[in-house]
Amino acid sequence: MRLDRSVTGFFLALLGIFALAPLAKAQVAPPPVPADDEPELVEFDTAKIRRIAVPALVAPSPADTPAGNSANLGRQIAEVISANLRNSGLFEPLGPAGIRPITLAEVTAPQYDYWKGRNVEQLIEGFVRVGGDGNLTVGCYLYDVNFGQEQARLGFVVAPRDWRRAAHKCSDAIYSKLTGELPFFDSRIAYIAETGPKGKRVKRLAIMDSDGANHRFITNGQSTALTPRFSPNYKSILYLSYQDGNPRIYVYDIDSGRQRLITASKNPTFAPRWSPDGQTILYSMAVAGNTDIYKISAAGGASPVRLTNAPGIDVGGSFSPDGRQIVFESDRGGSQQVYVMGADGSGQRRISMGGGRYATPEWSPRGDLIAYTRIAGDFRVGVMRPDGSGERLLTDSWQDEAPTWAPNGRVIQFFRTERNSGKTSVWQVDLTGRNERKLPTPVDGSDPAWGPVLP
Amino acid sequence: MMTNKARTFALLLLASTALAACGKKEVENLPPVADNTPGSTTDTGPTGPGIVPGSQEDFIQSVGQMGDRIFFDTDRFNIDSADQATLQTQAQWLSRYPQARVTVEGHADERGTRDYNLALGERRANAAKNYLASLGVDAARIQTVSYGKERPQALGSNEEAWAQNRRAVTVVIR
Repeated sequence: MRLDRSVTGFFLALLGIFALAPLAKAQVAPPPVPADDEPELVEFDTAKIRRIAVPALVAPSPADTPAGNSANLGRQIAEVISANLRNSGLFEPLGPAGIRPITLAEVTAPQYDYWKGRNVEQLIEGFVRVGGDGNLTVGCYLYDVNFGQEQARLGFVVAPRDWRRAAHKCSDAIYSKLTGELPFFDSRIAYIAETGPKGKRVKRLAIMDSDGANHRFITNGQSTALTPRFSPNYKSILYLSYQDGNPRIYVYDIDSGRQRLITASKNPTFAPRWSPDGQTILYSMAVAGNTDIYKISAAGGASPVRLTNAPGIDVGGSFSPDGRQIVFESDRGGSQQVYVMGADGSGQRRISMGGGRYATPEWSPRGDLIAYTRIAGDFRVGVMRPDGSGERLLTDSWQDEAPTWAPNGRVIQFFRTERNSGKTSVWQVDLTGRNERKLPTPVDGSDPAWGPVLP
Repeated sequence: MMTNKARTFALLLLASTALAACGKKEVENLPPVADNTPGSTTDTGPTGPGIVPGSQEDFIQSVGQMGDRIFFDTDRFNIDSADQATLQTQAQWLSRYPQARVTVEGHADERGTRDYNLALGERRANAAKNYLASLGVDAARIQTVSYGKERPQALGSNEEAWAQNRRAVTVVIR
């Protein structure tokens, strides 16, 4: 259970204030994992929007930290939680602005009647305390107002600069508790930041939190960067760079800032992907004009293994979450279509049958769906089951391209290109096709790649 | 490579607008003649003043403004008869300057997905390379690079612009 692991990593027994509540109670129940053969693609009912109050977290004895005063952090954490829940499209959060501040005593003894009068169904309360070591202890509670009941409580200890992670962890726990879905807010995105005119676009590798915060440019734009992918442990990024004049895949180490080529071959390499365990890198390489898919050990050293050999373009590829299958695209049949094969290249078979062209397949981290770009006139993002059935388009615009999955497999990001201007932006949509919204990036953005829930 | 391309583009612009009227002015922007240029003593081709024989500028002047490129249909990479004529002209120039080396840049239009377009550009560049080689140009003199949909020449989003962008452009390596 991803949630258990990530939560326990942060979890701390909150003494004193939590003395009346046993620690065991603080664990959020792990959300159910739907069966593989579930008949319906849409599990959650978006028609039911929950009103949920999020007052500022209380700072019992406000103190300055490198990230600002803890009273301000209490408000900011509530703002992040509120924005996360609103952006999921499933909640209508109130606050922290415009609602009554709460007292420390209310954190464990909420005024249910007051909030009932405000017509809210759920209430999120919490506190921020600065410890002797300078770290923040963030407590976070979820209450059902109508039933007058606590639904969840969590505690996190974070360095002040990581206060947003506490907010995301709290958001994740609440989202999971109320929807039954796995968490996804506490995750990061690698993408390509774009500036400049259409004929001379500057493309830089950049990273940001799932909500667009903590944005950082990694490359300076001197050479074109494309198609990044975070490693599952977030320590490195695979991406394409024209650094030496040719398109080649590098693996960039985030801590050291160093990078290396994934293969010594002089042939152009592109479309890099990680295996779910981070041990294997999938890439495409053109030899004398013919592109095939290869895999190589992420540790380096071993020889690459060629997985496709059909005449034509075989490109891209995305592992199933168990690492045993790969979905990829090929024009061997005359046009771009989606195929599935074993991780060793065996049993290659076409699964896209709906007409038009199909590209950029990405296997959901939950395994139940494959997202793709459908090209039939316009470019639209869709999903289908791994056997090609249940096809459903989620977006409708001039050019939507390159879906990437949220770690919980319930939200998809992609990028949208504007006709004529060539301007690009990163968008998000949920599996219902509703709740579409543009991500706040400082400049234009393309090629988003969503990483897993942070370790 | 980008320098070459930028220069090619600049030359095209100049040629199409004001070459006849202000030839002298443009010439000032070109690099000086090098002493050791291959073929400079024997070539009697139509090189203009200040144009280095065997250079990119010489190539463009010889093959014509659009003679450095061939065009493709959507998702295709075949060399049609018009492409053959263009590449034959390029091959003639290359036979005049046996020391000259070129890069064929393969491109796709914006109406394709990124990774596929990189593969498609590579395929187109190789199709041009293979045809030049079939005309007797040593394949070792020809490099290829794919820019996919990253470097459009025409900036509109319409059939006419896309047709101009589905191209393979031959550029002389300095």
